[in-house]
Amino acid sequence: MKHLTYLRYELLRTIRNRRFLIFSLTFPLILYLTVAGAHKNLSLDGISFPLYYLSGMAAWGSMTAVVSSGARIAQERSVGWTRQLRITPLRTSDYFIAKILSGYLMALFSIVVLALAGSIIGVRLSAVQWLTMLGLLLVGLIPFAILGILVGHLVSVDTLGPVIGGGTSLMALLGGAYGPLATGGVFLAVMKYLPSYWLVQAGKSALGGGNAWPAQAWIVLAVWSIVSARVAARVYRRDTARVQ
Amino acid sequence: MVTSESRTGGVVLSDLTKSYGEVQAVRGVTISIHPGETLALLGPNGAGKSTTIDMMLGLTRPDSGTVSLFGSSPAAAVQAGVVGGMLQTGLLLGYLSVRELVTMVASLYPHPLNVDEVLRLTGTTEIAERPTTKLSGGQTQRVRMAMALVADPELLVLDEPTAALDVEGRRDFWTAMRAVAARGKTVVFATHYLEEADAFADRIILMARGRIVADGPPTEIKARVGARTIRATLPGVDDTALSSLPGVMKADQRGDAFVLTCSDSASSDTALRALLLHYPQASDIEVRGAGLEEAFLDLTGDDGVESDEAPRS
Repeated sequence: MKHLTYLRYELLRTIRNRRFLIFSLTFPLILYLTVAGAHKNLSLDGISFPLYYLSGMAAWGSMTAVVSSGARIAQERSVGWTRQLRITPLRTSDYFIAKILSGYLMALFSIVVLALAGSIIGVRLSAVQWLTMLGLLLVGLIPFAILGILVGHLVSVDTLGPVIGGGTSLMALLGGAYGPLATGGVFLAVMKYLPSYWLVQAGKSALGGGNAWPAQAWIVLAVWSIVSARVAARVYRRDTARVQ
Repeated sequence: MVTSESRTGGVVLSDLTKSYGEVQAVRGVTISIHPGETLALLGPNGAGKSTTIDMMLGLTRPDSGTVSLFGSSPAAAVQAGVVGGMLQTGLLLGYLSVRELVTMVASLYPHPLNVDEVLRLTGTTEIAERPTTKLSGGQTQRVRMAMALVADPELLVLDEPTAALDVEGRRDFWTAMRAVAARGKTVVFATHYLEEADAFADRIILMARGRIVADGPPTEIKARVGARTIRATLPGVDDTALSSLPGVMKADQRGDAFVLTCSDSASSDTALRALLLHYPQASDIEVRGAGLEEAFLDLTGDDGVESDEAPRS
């Protein structure tokens, strides 16, 4: 990333976008404080409910952050900004990297604030466990960051809101962010093919420390990342080849 | 084709063609532009101006032909930061002030100009702290010019830069632009206003239906497209009689009305005096400059019924 000033302004733009903050932080935080706060002593899926729900809300909020960041490309395409950038020395890869980094920054912010709320409610983890959870969340966001860029090239500005809101909520729901949908059987087996399932599991997995995710998690995340990257690359090439 | 010019500098477009499906937008365009030259691409909508500019900037790949910008490919020239441009459409990036946006664009180039100097030059100093989304059309256009200028490019390409502006905005724009041309940069701009091309360019290339139909200094081009027409209702008169009036090049009958074509405003004055003298019964008289479109059709000998006109200018 050669253009640090560009990145700095990109981050500034992200922070100034209030809608961004509302969906990636405010909603998950309010939901977390009310729901987890009311069921402090319950346990769920073998762990304490506040920890499960912390992981779920962090997954939902951070997922929304990285997807929305990439998806903003749709808006920048619609006003001709991406075309304008193509006649500057900024490389396309740097443009995408700036989008991913600013999405991650918002995701990180959302995760840290939720973790603080969790520790206030009574989630107790060791430093290693906290860091493991954070690390797993950040890795688990990779396919979503790429999906965001894909959405940014496929969706029109008018439908952007519903697609991001609906898509991330559905992913979060099916991944168990609002509570596990299944504890066994075929449905659970299917859920395990979703990247959001493993994102939500970051909290539970972190308790195990070192070897946190099973091999299936890594494979599912890798496949989602590679497939979305290939589709995004194809869509990008098709998009820049035609008249705009 | 490697000429000595394409190696030493300048902009060389060689035999470019581009089709979009069935539509041939550009059909064999060859232009060689010297460094420091200000060139206007003049033509009506659908002439192929924007497509030519897109190929010049590397935004569109030509079906055939080559583009050389100072001896490099468009992509390499863009990477090197020697190209600046104002594309036809485009709003500004939101969540930034005018100054922040111009600074952000400046940071992408190797040798940008001072941001404050560019804001002053483009008359945007007063709106520098305003959010980019809260500007008028004219202000937006000036900010877009600032973004193109701050790069301090060797080649500045402007695709119909004044299309969205009113008369006053247009004048302000070109006043600012003159200061830039004075810096000795190569400037290429597309327009469909003859006056604009005449006032600002050293050289005008006329385009129609994807081809170059004339290429020369503004005086020469103006003489070729500066024709005027007189329209009058005049029943029962024969068109051969009218075409022999002084100053009239040709007369066409349209029902009870006639359209007299004159080569310039002096001859249309002569023709009008003669018309009123010999045919005092003439009514509904209208004198106007021929539209560019008509002038082009004249120049190209086109009958205007071809249906394969390019969809964009």
